[in-house]
Amino acid sequence: MADTAYTTTALSSGPGRILVFVYGLFAVAATGRSAVQLGTEADRAPVAYSLSLFAAVVYLVATTCLLLGGRRAWRVAVASVSIELVGVLVTGVLTYVDTSLFPDKTVWSHFGQGYGFLPLVLPFLGLAWLRRTRPRGPDREPVAGPAGT
Amino acid sequence: MNDVLTGVLIGLALLACVVVVMLLVRDRTAGDRTFVLLGVVEAAVLVQLVYGIVALVGTERDVPGVLFVSYLVGNAFALPIGAFWSLAERSRSGTGVLLVASFTVIALQARLGAIWGGSA
Repeated sequence: MADTAYTTTALSSGPGRILVFVYGLFAVAATGRSAVQLGTEADRAPVAYSLSLFAAVVYLVATTCLLLGGRRAWRVAVASVSIELVGVLVTGVLTYVDTSLFPDKTVWSHFGQGYGFLPLVLPFLGLAWLRRTRPRGPDREPVAGPAGT
Repeated sequence: MNDVLTGVLIGLALLACVVVVMLLVRDRTAGDRTFVLLGVVEAAVLVQLVYGIVALVGTERDVPGVLFVSYLVGNAFALPIGAFWSLAERSRSGTGVLLVASFTVIALQARLGAIWGGSA
């Protein structure tokens, strides 16, 4: 497959453009939420609020990497989106199983119910997009398999 | 908060969503008329920003002020940033960004209403 329509330097073009915008939205939303929560009532739900902050960082890193493009950013993006996926799944399960841990909501509570379940869908879309934009071709470190050129 | 203002805002943003969806279906990029419509939506958002702050200062009720204002301000940034981000790539995906931005304005109305009502 000589799919050269999307290069790694253009993680934010094509469908990636929408993805970056949505990730940016969540970065802002999660950052704002954790800032307000930690700033005003940090003692009320330390686990939930720390998680909010963590989610914010994950979204910020993913957004930045998608914007930057390039091989290294692609790798970091894969890592952060994977963490995001694990985060939303674990938090989603925990908020149903052990409600006492989460007296207040986070972005990932109940699989992102408060955000139209978008936080659950987003990492799948992100990973699909990153898979499609996997760096190919000659590089300092040769990649296994056909290079596609 | 003003229900009429919120209603008008949601109506305008919905109209923008429909227009953008039609563009997406027909694979056209957004032209001047679409951006004028988005400008009108943004104008309504800015009116709400000012109205919301005035209402917050005037109200006797216990509304979480910082949260409320941050949502009002955030809402005002959604469309401009979306428009610029969209204009940087005149493609179907670029147009898709406009849909997400318009929908964000609607989605944030629900949050604003909840925060104002004290159930945030």
